[in-house]
Amino acid sequence: MIRIEPAPWESRWPDRLAMLVLLLGAIAMVGPFIWMLSTSLKLPEDQYAGGLIPPTLSFENYSKIFEIMPFQTLLWNSIKIALISTFGQLLTCSMAAFVFAIVKFPGRHALFVLLLVTLMVPQQITAIPQFILFKWLGLYGTQAPLYLPSFLGGAFGVFLMRQYFLTIPIELAEAARIDGASLMTIYWKIYLPLAKPALAAFAIFAFLFSWNDLFTALIYLPSDLDKTTLPVGLALFQVQFAGKWTIMMAAVLVSVAPIMVAFFIAQKHFIEGVALSGLK
Amino acid sequence: MNFGLRPLGGEKLWVLLLLGPTLLGLVLGAFGSIFATLGLSFFRWDLLTTPEWVGFDNYLGLAGDRMFLRSLSNTLIFSLLYVPLTIVCAMAVALLLNRRIHGVGLFRTLYFLPVISSPTAVGLLWTWIFAQDHGVLNAMLGGIGIPPVRWLGPNMALYSVVVVNVWGAIGEGMIIFLAGLQAIPREQYEAAHIDGANAIQRLFYVTLPAMAPSLFFQAVLSTIHAFQAFDYIYILTRVGNGNSSVPTLVFSIYRNGFRFFRMGDATAQAIVLTAIIFLFTLVYFRIQRRWEVPA
Repeated sequence: MIRIEPAPWESRWPDRLAMLVLLLGAIAMVGPFIWMLSTSLKLPEDQYAGGLIPPTLSFENYSKIFEIMPFQTLLWNSIKIALISTFGQLLTCSMAAFVFAIVKFPGRHALFVLLLVTLMVPQQITAIPQFILFKWLGLYGTQAPLYLPSFLGGAFGVFLMRQYFLTIPIELAEAARIDGASLMTIYWKIYLPLAKPALAAFAIFAFLFSWNDLFTALIYLPSDLDKTTLPVGLALFQVQFAGKWTIMMAAVLVSVAPIMVAFFIAQKHFIEGVALSGLK
Repeated sequence: MNFGLRPLGGEKLWVLLLLGPTLLGLVLGAFGSIFATLGLSFFRWDLLTTPEWVGFDNYLGLAGDRMFLRSLSNTLIFSLLYVPLTIVCAMAVALLLNRRIHGVGLFRTLYFLPVISSPTAVGLLWTWIFAQDHGVLNAMLGGIGIPPVRWLGPNMALYSVVVVNVWGAIGEGMIIFLAGLQAIPREQYEAAHIDGANAIQRLFYVTLPAMAPSLFFQAVLSTIHAFQAFDYIYILTRVGNGNSSVPTLVFSIYRNGFRFFRMGDATAQAIVLTAIIFLFTLVYFRIQRRWEVPA
């Protein structure tokens, strides 16, 4: 981040005010998570007691959630489906993005615009025909509908990867061409390795999208705890353990923790991805 | 787009192969679905019996469907509050962070946390915060003498849901705006200062015009998000029998299509939703063209 030097005409007091406002905002952003942590560490009978500090520190909620629900299965299902989806998205989006970025073919521009228009098509339009199709294929009640669509590219991923591919000098591909490299070699050996930062950023998006997706899982696996994902599990949890806040907050914490840990480790890629998607 | 390599002889097949999945996605996914959904909206079908042609009945039925009208008005109110609030808050945070203060990186991290957290999980967390008895929000208000509020009750739920959605979206807009702000040349501010512009004038005559493309992009994105909002609404407002105290269009589509298998009603509503999104996007592009300053 660039540090902005103070200009002589600017006084310092607006900065102090800015700091105060930012601090208050940060409390609003993080406060709920701290409250979650605090509640999850309380004994069930203390759930309304003691404010922020648990009267008796207890980890029993965390062992309980694994007993009362197949939490480890849900976690594993979510991880598995998110990993397969991410792989599908990285592969198929980078393939199409490569073609849009460096291969000349008739109708390239028109096709790309057509692809971008689909960004406006809501998920709910595709959901119903997709549901009928998957039902007809006999895949209702399996995990396939949750990851198969990821192998069909997507406007967002193609756009993001193409933006990055365009920053790679075309002379590189041209030189490889003169040395006798085929398009596939140029894609696999030159473009993909050079696009690692963009691939990392996009992988995070694709993973998060799948990990957080409640709608699709609710449609295809609304109640089968052996197959369904964490969000559906939590939604069922909500009904079953209504009012048992200490257990519920432990479940919530366990389901946000993996992503938060990843975020703290690979923060740069998370934030670059967002910035990359927002710039033209 | 005239740059690039021409495929040689047999490579045309490879090009088709590379594009294949995306093309199939376009045909099966987006465009095929629009036609399929449009087609289905003229039938009455429960997935089990043979579909029955009903013409425009599904659409006409919507006009008298109180649940649908409620979800339509909820969706519009939600979007009209969510989009401006998210943009104003995100821009404010970005402007504050774009100053010479300490801990910019830390603030950025903290404000981004809600964006990466699963809305289902965080939705559950907010039901606890909003709880009428013993909820932390009511406890804090009680501390200054304000009686408990039913945050998720019929009068307040829509606004509570807006607050949670805005809370979850500020971080994303902040990052995009911050990137835009840092690209504004410092000289423009100095020139404005020499011309006698004060801080507020600099904001309105230098910063915001330079940010117009980012603002536009964010407005379009937030609007699309707003009309499709589902997760927080599902978790925060659902009541028994798969209903919601604040049904939105997407919720209504979900309920009709995937709980009651009324495919005709669900697809008709999906078409209405898409039409509204297209209309709003069109309006944005019109506004943008009017505002665009010739470079």
